[in-house]
Amino acid sequence: MSHSTVPRSSTEAAAPEKTPVASGDAIGPREKPPAGKLTLRHRFRRDRVMVLMTLPAVLLVLVFNYLPIAGNVVAFQDYDPYVSDNGVIAILNSPFVGLENFQRIFEDSAFWNAVENTLVLFFVQLVLFFPIPILLALLINSVVRPRVRAVAQAVLYLPHFFSWVLVIAVFQQMFGGAGMLSQLLRQNGYDGIDIMTNPDTFPFLLTAQSVWKDAGWGIIVFLAALASVSPDLYEAAAMDGAGRWRRMWHVTLPALRPVIALLLVLRVGDALTVGFEQILLQRDAVGPGAGEVLDTFVWWNGVRNQDFGYAAAAGLIKGVVSIGLVLAANKVAHLMGEQGVYKK
Amino acid sequence: MTAVIDKPVRKPRPWAAPPRPAWEEEPSKAGLAGKGIALAFACLAILFPIWIVVVTSLSSRKTIDEAGGLVMVPKGITFIAYQELLSGGQVTRAAIISILVTLVGTLFSMTVSVLCAYGLSRSESFGHRWILMTLLATMFFSAGLIPTYLLVQSLGLTDSYLALILPSAISVFNILVLRGFFMGISQELIDSARIDGAGDLRILWRIVMPLSRAVLAVITLFYAVGYWSAWFNASLYLNDQDMMPLQNVMIQLVQRQEAPVGLGQAIKTGQLSGLAIQMAVMVMALLPVAVLSPFVQKHFRKGMLTGAVKG
Repeated sequence: MSHSTVPRSSTEAAAPEKTPVASGDAIGPREKPPAGKLTLRHRFRRDRVMVLMTLPAVLLVLVFNYLPIAGNVVAFQDYDPYVSDNGVIAILNSPFVGLENFQRIFEDSAFWNAVENTLVLFFVQLVLFFPIPILLALLINSVVRPRVRAVAQAVLYLPHFFSWVLVIAVFQQMFGGAGMLSQLLRQNGYDGIDIMTNPDTFPFLLTAQSVWKDAGWGIIVFLAALASVSPDLYEAAAMDGAGRWRRMWHVTLPALRPVIALLLVLRVGDALTVGFEQILLQRDAVGPGAGEVLDTFVWWNGVRNQDFGYAAAAGLIKGVVSIGLVLAANKVAHLMGEQGVYKK
Repeated sequence: MTAVIDKPVRKPRPWAAPPRPAWEEEPSKAGLAGKGIALAFACLAILFPIWIVVVTSLSSRKTIDEAGGLVMVPKGITFIAYQELLSGGQVTRAAIISILVTLVGTLFSMTVSVLCAYGLSRSESFGHRWILMTLLATMFFSAGLIPTYLLVQSLGLTDSYLALILPSAISVFNILVLRGFFMGISQELIDSARIDGAGDLRILWRIVMPLSRAVLAVITLFYAVGYWSAWFNASLYLNDQDMMPLQNVMIQLVQRQEAPVGLGQAIKTGQLSGLAIQMAVMVMALLPVAVLSPFVQKHFRKGMLTGAVKG
C-alpha cells in the first residue's frame, strides 16, 4: 500500500457512497448506518474479522475467570483431593456436606484472627499510605525545572517495577537481623534488632514496604489531574489576592477531588485484599498470629493442608463480601455526587 | 502521518527553571530548601538500599568481612559472585527460564491483547457490547484461589510452563488502555485504507500499531515486568525444583538464606562470600527492570489513564 493512494481528507474517504455498504462487506467503509438498516447477519458478516480477533482473549477469560466460578461447589463438599489428580473427577466423587465447612469456619478462631489482621492492615495502609502519593505529587508538581523533574520521577517510579520478592529481600538486607541497621547498631555498641520477624510492628513494616514500592508510582494519576488544571485559574486566583496556600486549597485540591474519590472507592472495594504475595512471603517470618490474612488463610488451608472444601468456603466468603463492598463503595460515591468506577 | 513538531527558537535548557508568570510571587528561600530536602530524601530512600545491594555484590570476601557485612563504600570491584552464579548451575538455569518465560509470555499476552483491543475499538461493531461486558465483569470478581488451582490442575498444566503463562496471560485493564488508544485514531484514516482494499489485520499492523508505539511500549513493559516478577504460580504449579524461575530461587537464597546448589562448599571455606552471592542474585533480578523502565517513562501516563470506558 503506497502512501500516495491513501486519501487524507474526509471528503475523499466519504466518496464511495455509491457502493452499497452491505455488499461492500470488508471492503466498504465502516460508516455508522442509520438504525435498523443492517440486519444482524449483515453486521456479523461485516464485522466477523473484528469478532474473531477478540476470540483468544474471550476464551482465556472464559476458561480462567468464569469457569473456575463453578469450582466453588467444593465449598459445599468434603472434597477429597486423593480420589484423582483431575479436579473435575474429584469434585464428582466427593460427598456434599451442605454448610458444614462454613459452620467450621465461623467457629474457627484462626479465621477470625485472619479477619482481624486483614481489617487492621487495611486501615493502617489506608491512613499511612494513601496520603503519601498525593503529597509527593504536589511536591513533584511544584518542581519547575524539567530535567530535575524527569530524574526525580524516574527514581520514584523505579521500585514499582521490582518484584515483591526483591522488595522484601531489600528490606531484609536493611532491617533484618543481619541487615544494615543491625550492623550499624552493633558497630556502635548496641544490640542489633530484627524488624523483619517482629509481629508487633508487622502492619507498619508492610506499609513501609508498600510505600517504598508503590507510593512513587501512585503519583501518576494525581500528576495527570494536576496537569489538566488551567493556568488561568491560578492567575485569576492570584489576581484576586490568593497566596500560594490559598491557591492550593481553592484550585489545586478541588481538581484532585474526583481522583481521590475514585481511588478511595477502588481501595474500599478491594479492602479484603491487602497484599497477598507480600504477606505470604513473610507469613512464616512473623508467624500466623500477626501474618495471617484472609488470602493466606485460604492458601494455608487449601494448598498446604489440602483441606480444599474448607479453604474454598473461606475464599467464597471473602469473594461474596468483596463484591458487596465494591457495589456499596460505588453507591456511596454516587450519593456523594462523584463518579465511581461505573456509571449509574 | 507524523505530527508536526514545533522547533523551539531558543536552545532548551532542561536544568534551568522556565520563566515565572508575572502574577506568581517569588518562592521563599526556606520553601525552596524544604522542597529540595524532601525530594532528595525521597530519592535517597529508594537509591541508598539499591546502592548497597549493588556495591556489596561487587565486593570481595575480604572487603565484606572488613565492613562487617554490607558495604557502603566500594573498595575494588570484583565480579567473582557473578562469575560463579553464571557459570552454569541453579541460578544460571533459573535466569534462562525467567528470560524465556518472560519473552514467550509477553509476546503471547501482547498478541492476544492487541487483537482483542482492536476488535473492540469500533463501538458499533457486531457483539461489541457483550464482549466488552464479559471482559469488564472480571474486574469486579475473582473466582478464588482454590477453584483456580483445581482448574489448572484439571487442565493438566501442573509441572508445565504453560501454568506460568496462561492463567494470568491477559489483563483486562491493559486491553482497555489499548482499546482507548486505538479508538482515538482517526476513523477517516482507517476508512481510506479500507477503500484501498486493506483488511482488518493489515489495518491493525500497518496503520493502528505504528500510530500507537508509545502505548504499546508501556503495555509491553507492564506485561514483561509481570512475568519477570511472578513467583506465586511457579510455587503453586511446579513441583520440580529444577524448573523454578529466578524469583523462586531468590526466595530460597535470600529469604531462607540457603546456599546455591554447588556453591555451598566455596562459601563455607571462605573463597566466596554468601552475602555477595545473595546480592548478586538480587541485582540480576532488578537489572533488566531498572535498565528498561526509564526508556518508557515518558509514556507511563498513557498506560495509566483509560478515561471512562466508552461505548
